[in-house]
Amino acid sequence: MENYEIVVIGGGPAGLAAAISAKKSGMRKVLILERDRELGGILNQCIHNGFGLHTFKEELTGPEYAERFIRMAQEAEVEYRLNTMVMDISGDKKITALNKEEGLLEIQAEAVILAMGCRERSRGALNIPGYRPAGIFSAGTAQRLVNMEGYLPGREVVILGSGDIGLIMARRMTLEGANVKVVAELMPYSGGLKRNIVQCLDDFGIPLKLSHTVVDIKGKERVEGVTLAQVDEKGKPIPGTEEEYRCDTLLLSVGLIPENELSREMGVKLNPVTSGPQVSESLETSVDGVFACGNVLHVHDLVDFVSEEAEAAGRHAAEYIKAKREDRREPEAGSAQEQIPLETGEGVRYTVPSFVRPEYMEDSLKVRFRVGKVYRNCYVNVRFDEEQVIHKKRLYAAPGEMEELTLKKEQLAEFPQLKKITISMEEA
Amino acid sequence: MYDVVIIGAGVTSTACARELSRYQAKICVLEKEEDLCCGTSKANSAIVHAGYDAREGSLKAKLNVRGNEMMEKLAQELDFPFKRNGSLVICLHEEDFPRLKELYDRGIKNGVRDLRILDGEQVKEIEPNISDQVYAALYAPTAGIVCPFGMNIAFGENAAANGVEFYFDTEVNGIIRTEEGWEISTSRGTFQTRWIINGAGVYADRIHNMVSGKNLHITARRGEYCLLDHSAGDHVSHTVFALPGKYGKGILVAPTVHGNLLLGPTAIDTENKEGTCTTREGLDQVLEKAGMNVKNLPMRQVITSFAGLRAHEDGDDFIIGEPEDAPGFLDCAGIESPGLTAAPAIGEMAAGILKEKMGLKEKADFISERKGILDPKTLDKDAYRKLIKEQPAYGNIICRCEKITEGEILDAIHRPLGAKSLDGIKRRTRAGMGRCQSGFCAPRTMEILARELQVDMADITKSGGHSGIIEGVNKDSL
Amino acid sequence: MEKRYLTCIGCPMGCALTVNLSGQEVVSVEGNTCKKGKIYGEQEVISPVRTVTTTVAVEGGKLPAVSVKTRADIPKEKIFDCVRALKGIRISAPVRMGQTILFNVAETGVDIIATKTVDAR
Repeated sequence: MENYEIVVIGGGPAGLAAAISAKKSGMRKVLILERDRELGGILNQCIHNGFGLHTFKEELTGPEYAERFIRMAQEAEVEYRLNTMVMDISGDKKITALNKEEGLLEIQAEAVILAMGCRERSRGALNIPGYRPAGIFSAGTAQRLVNMEGYLPGREVVILGSGDIGLIMARRMTLEGANVKVVAELMPYSGGLKRNIVQCLDDFGIPLKLSHTVVDIKGKERVEGVTLAQVDEKGKPIPGTEEEYRCDTLLLSVGLIPENELSREMGVKLNPVTSGPQVSESLETSVDGVFACGNVLHVHDLVDFVSEEAEAAGRHAAEYIKAKREDRREPEAGSAQEQIPLETGEGVRYTVPSFVRPEYMEDSLKVRFRVGKVYRNCYVNVRFDEEQVIHKKRLYAAPGEMEELTLKKEQLAEFPQLKKITISMEEA
Repeated sequence: MYDVVIIGAGVTSTACARELSRYQAKICVLEKEEDLCCGTSKANSAIVHAGYDAREGSLKAKLNVRGNEMMEKLAQELDFPFKRNGSLVICLHEEDFPRLKELYDRGIKNGVRDLRILDGEQVKEIEPNISDQVYAALYAPTAGIVCPFGMNIAFGENAAANGVEFYFDTEVNGIIRTEEGWEISTSRGTFQTRWIINGAGVYADRIHNMVSGKNLHITARRGEYCLLDHSAGDHVSHTVFALPGKYGKGILVAPTVHGNLLLGPTAIDTENKEGTCTTREGLDQVLEKAGMNVKNLPMRQVITSFAGLRAHEDGDDFIIGEPEDAPGFLDCAGIESPGLTAAPAIGEMAAGILKEKMGLKEKADFISERKGILDPKTLDKDAYRKLIKEQPAYGNIICRCEKITEGEILDAIHRPLGAKSLDGIKRRTRAGMGRCQSGFCAPRTMEILARELQVDMADITKSGGHSGIIEGVNKDSL
Repeated sequence: MEKRYLTCIGCPMGCALTVNLSGQEVVSVEGNTCKKGKIYGEQEVISPVRTVTTTVAVEGGKLPAVSVKTRADIPKEKIFDCVRALKGIRISAPVRMGQTILFNVAETGVDIIATKTVDAR
């Protein structure tokens, strides 16, 4: 059995930033367990630029952003094991992992940071009917093949889903010689950045069909075509609007799901909206000493915010260990009276964190949330019990853009009997 | 010159091959697809039926009950996953009870053991997620679930170990009578044989009609399914059937031997024998009807959907025997539900007929056992450590969702009748069958296949034929 | 007067811009909410530029390809000339992040550099 202060599960952007931050907060033994053959996670296949504007004040590609964090981790002497799959984490933070060289590893951690990232929704989750031939890829799988291995998965391409990955892959496939015929989007708006719509679709004359979905896939061995149809407000295909596209490839970019199987198995409570853990102001899950950050907690749009959140998780995990050593932490730290829930009001789908314990709060707390629809000219409202404490104007808010606001510790101090904090949207 | 040529490599054919391989005979299997288990055998309910469904006295009834009895020993000998989880036929309304009783009576006549009728409370006790409206249920403790790929592949591998030859990508185009038996022309040359077994699934009519004037007609009856993630796998512990009634046969809800939850099938007749597509209406129907007998189904956990084709013969029974006008030709046709359950019994029956007609003699060196692919998760920690030390590939997880190691994938490729494609790997190891549906592992599995089979990445297919995955390299068309 | 219609990429609002042109001169930008929109509208109409990111094949590396980018923006109409110029290039491992892969791609004056380190096998 090996012993570490902090074990970070996953060596992508969240895991790297959390580990570096834990080291900087005074931890000596911090270990990252990474299942892939290199650190950096999904950034390694995101070779487009646009990363790092917040963190480094310059525009980097995914691998460049990753490499900077990998260097920082090495400088901070973070330990890591590659090609190592975590099989199980027990409630008392004993980790069982597997690799070729060392076999079955058992590691005891004082604190664990979950940073496993997310996976793509598959065709099955959408129940797209039709045949099941070769040539149907999730956008991420195609991205890995094209960007890391140099293989072209198809020549005549239809893409379902206009989130950023779908848009980015439309451009990547085009630049490598494929003919991207159309990008279809189930919703009446794209979840992707405007910049990506302009530079990934408009630049190459690729049409974007909003309120459309795939209703049939043809081809027994390899994809031979797909049928798109327009959908009504409920997302149901409208008969008579079908259009056939001949193609050999269908890319699916239809959503990301936090990878919380390990968390669930160890008893971490999940939020049904995000499919990520319910966390406190310290990003601590319902299991004592287990923290979460990045896409395993909730799916982010910008890696810069992942790094920022993970940095906080690393700091909080270190603080947890220090407090325990100094006997500062009361055993009943998470008892119900001290937890003030963050509730979602009108127009808000979820918040991270899910609750706040004022005595553990730093001077200010960033609350991240997503809205349920597109707003133009609106207000973000925060109520402490029934009293409105924040009423902030926004020109624009959309489900594809994570929102954030800051709560001040001094603000909370003025409400000693506070029972709940409610965040809501209001049309102006 | 073969003694027996078996057409098809599905579960029926390989069961026949395995049983016949007990005897001194030169046998081969011809399969039009690239692998075992590519047709009806790979897309069905994976149920070992108790035997109360089929008409008394029918072959279906007889072979169902016999196949069910054989399953335990076979699963042990041939090392494939099988579990006797019991089944419930749910009766929601008192007025339907006579039809439940009818099933019970038929089961008793068919020789099904331990059948019982439970009242609503008893049902809820053993299966808490059954609909609150349940009135009664027919409980069949002898029913089970099986891995259909596992059983089919086990039969095939064991037959191969006993000398049966397998020819894949070999489609039968014609059969003519010769002095000594038959000449079969295929996409890969001709085969001379004394006897033919027709186990061609939905194509069994086409093969039959090549030799006999007493025509068969098989309809492909499509069944669509939805498969749910492991996290939903213990929603029910028994296989839950709807009582066949005014809304048709109903949709079953069943755990699988690998811990998933399976919903389906629909029943739509199609003239397209390759028509394994799912449809919007079909999938909607599965999701809607599955909820009639089981409550709170976590539909968000659907990870994939698929369709299989049942080989439905007009006479509504299995056809096992020689057509009057084609001696030396043995049909195993019309093998639809409970065909998977009955497969071992069909194999036994077919081999019995040929033994008698051909005067076959038993081999002294028949190998009755076969070891499946080692799942290291079943080992204790010390044994697992030792295994990785000897074979480090067992420490390398390739499929994250199902936690499948490179060691298992290598075994799948290099064992007799080994996997050549992504689907071949998937059916043997479950790599790619989990919640991400091969999103993460497909590129890595392709890499292993290319390396081990010493072929280019561009030659790796999903399922043989023209199902290549890579179309080229970056910029090759610019 | 010629009109060009654009979507501003400055922020998520995505304002619909109308750029009024007189010959090669921008007369006015309409539809923008902020100053960023005006600057973008003018730039995008007169001389649109892009960063190109793509891959180049690697010989003897741990990975068969390395990701690359134009060190600076290049004119938008040169995007395909740029990727075509990289067709057929095979670079030997090891490749270091920042290493120049091709000088002055497609006569743009801009170099192509590696954005990832690929070690030798």
